[in-house]
Amino acid sequence: MKLLEDILVLDFSQFLSGPSASLRLADMGARVIKIERPVTGDICRGLYVSDAVVDGESTIFHAINRNKESYQADIKNADDLKEIKNLIKKADVMIHNFRPGVMERVGLSYDAVKALNPQLVYACINGYGDEGGWKDKPGQDLLLQAVSGITFLSGNKEDNPTPMGVAVADILAGTHLVQGILTALFNRFTTGEGALIEVSMLGSLLDFQFEVLTCFYNDGHELPQRSAVNNGHAYIGAPYGIYKTTEGYLALAMGDIPHLGRLLGCDVLLSYINASDWFDKRDEIKLILKDHLSLKSALEWLAILEPADIWCAEVLDYDMLMKQDGYKVLEMEQEVSIGNKFLKTTRCPIRVDGQILKSGKGAPSLGEHTTAIRKEFDL
Amino acid sequence: MQLPLKGITILEFSQYLSGPCAGLRLADLGARVIKIERPGKGDSGRQLSIKNLWVDESSLLFHTINRNKESYAADLKSTEDMFFVKQLIAKADVVIHNFRPGVMEAIELDYISVKKIKPDIIYTEISGYGKKGPWSHKPGQDLLTQAISGLAYSTGNKDDNPLPFGLGIGDYLCGNQAVQSILAALIRRQKTGRGALLELSLLETLIDFQFEFFTTYFQTNQQHLRSSVNNGHSLLSAPYGIYQTANGYIAVAMMPLEKLNVAIQSEELKKFTEKDAFEKRDEIKAILTQHFITDTTDTWLTKMNLYDLWVMPVLNWEQLMQTSTYQGLNMEQEFAVGNKKIKTTRCPIRINKQYFLSDIPAPKLGEHTEKLKSELVKEKI
Repeated sequence: MKLLEDILVLDFSQFLSGPSASLRLADMGARVIKIERPVTGDICRGLYVSDAVVDGESTIFHAINRNKESYQADIKNADDLKEIKNLIKKADVMIHNFRPGVMERVGLSYDAVKALNPQLVYACINGYGDEGGWKDKPGQDLLLQAVSGITFLSGNKEDNPTPMGVAVADILAGTHLVQGILTALFNRFTTGEGALIEVSMLGSLLDFQFEVLTCFYNDGHELPQRSAVNNGHAYIGAPYGIYKTTEGYLALAMGDIPHLGRLLGCDVLLSYINASDWFDKRDEIKLILKDHLSLKSALEWLAILEPADIWCAEVLDYDMLMKQDGYKVLEMEQEVSIGNKFLKTTRCPIRVDGQILKSGKGAPSLGEHTTAIRKEFDL
Repeated sequence: MQLPLKGITILEFSQYLSGPCAGLRLADLGARVIKIERPGKGDSGRQLSIKNLWVDESSLLFHTINRNKESYAADLKSTEDMFFVKQLIAKADVVIHNFRPGVMEAIELDYISVKKIKPDIIYTEISGYGKKGPWSHKPGQDLLTQAISGLAYSTGNKDDNPLPFGLGIGDYLCGNQAVQSILAALIRRQKTGRGALLELSLLETLIDFQFEFFTTYFQTNQQHLRSSVNNGHSLLSAPYGIYQTANGYIAVAMMPLEKLNVAIQSEELKKFTEKDAFEKRDEIKAILTQHFITDTTDTWLTKMNLYDLWVMPVLNWEQLMQTSTYQGLNMEQEFAVGNKKIKTTRCPIRINKQYFLSDIPAPKLGEHTEKLKSELVKEKI
């Protein structure tokens, strides 16, 4: 039996934050029905990036929405709304990521829905919480990163504030939402009651920074200082970072500097015997390392460092990664079917009872399951 | 409100961040989390400090990750200590470990052995690179998994070195995914009585994290390339990125170029149409860089907000804390160690409008060993 078998999820959300949450629920065995408005559906369907399109729709949409069904309905139309309410009565979970107030206006607030189905777990993601000056601002990933302080952690000291190049606010908020949903489903088993789950993207980014924020709160509000040379983490000393070599790049994590100096044949490093200097003089040390590591290839350095148990790795891009046995053995790839085509994507990263969780079901076309769902649930 | 995971006991055989941040979340949601630590040193995270900040004999970092837990000191190589650990296992619901593959097998605390003691155990393993293959014995350290997973090519500009995220994303996200699967397994156990084996790795987590990029790569057979100018997301077109202004920085997300130009009035930008937004993004962004530097953050925000464009100021933590939004989130909470008060963040999930707050500090090494032993004798667990 799958972990979440027999759980019915209605997903009213768009783009990435909410849909990434329902994707994870689907992969763990829940049945996910996207509730999409006529004509455009989830706006992400038309969000083309770098010209990668499958069947006229964005590749990204297909990656995010595989293993789901689509029910087309206009929540502003009275007949459609009646059917949606009937569907809500049968559901275990509903998810939305509309701005505060939208679901209230159409009569699908938590209180209204709870009256229809007291056992329902009602989960919503917003950008900035429901108080404060930005509550009506769009919950967009880059903008959330910008206000969260997180852009002062990556990149070097002299660089502009640098955003993380993956939609980290969306994905973390989706992850936290799943945690809240499953906690409520677990609790429902004993109480028989549903719950309201709320996660904000800003709250999720603050939680992600919990270690460094706690440092900031308790050290007199000193702002983070990124390393000037190959910064890997503003709060960690040398050698932490990524270094260019004659061929490829080398990642070096924490390590004893004189020991590293001996292994690398870099005598200048032998004098840094005081461990507190590894942080206080990190830029000086990293500059020495940067020059020295540029003398040989990443693989040559690895051949010296790995047998000595130094924490290091070659930096890989996708072309290089695909060729590695360490990648192949993970079986991270899967194919999903879309009509009579196949799309290669990645799978859920969790293994359960020794099995990887795969599903060949591609993303639905808009409203693909409307008729079948209407019939099945007698809407 | 009674805490939703009350009654669930979790044994945390974990160190540093990946396993312990999973334990922290479950503790905040109401589970009883017991760290099983080796006598003498305990979790190696106790000695790992950032900025040399210490609370007691353990670092502030350790306290941040391990508040709201108990500590049981046991030498897993001692028969006598193992006797008690196995009794604890018999009473536990969940085990989480993040040792390298083979370690738990060597001391007979692998899934098969633990399942014999507690048939419905939910046994969670976090590794760096999975249990098979040539990397299985590499250290599962965050920066290294970022390097190997391709993630370092997502951040920074095209001509920069590969640039890591400046936070432990592999550890943190893997721990958070472990929480998801543990909760899902608890739900199945309620219905069926069955336990589960859950396996996660930092590398698989980081590949999943990049699922949009991998899927696009599989379709196009082309590596994604970071923008040369103010890269925000390698798959997105201009103007997406962070720009310097006369007195700070602004973040500019997706928007039609024409609409942007109605707001900011750049003669140079008029030469480009929406068709150019991806292909010529570096040219366009270079023009925008020159344009945004000419006026202040507030001016640009006012002009762009008039047209509802997706723009925000770039703030540091000090500036963020002054905003009504930050204050409205109530993200801060306090705990005390002796007479030292420590401020930290709370669990980011809200249920029925309730926050999950806890003022219980991290345990001293072995602080609860005797108490737990006597509870075992009295069968109170």
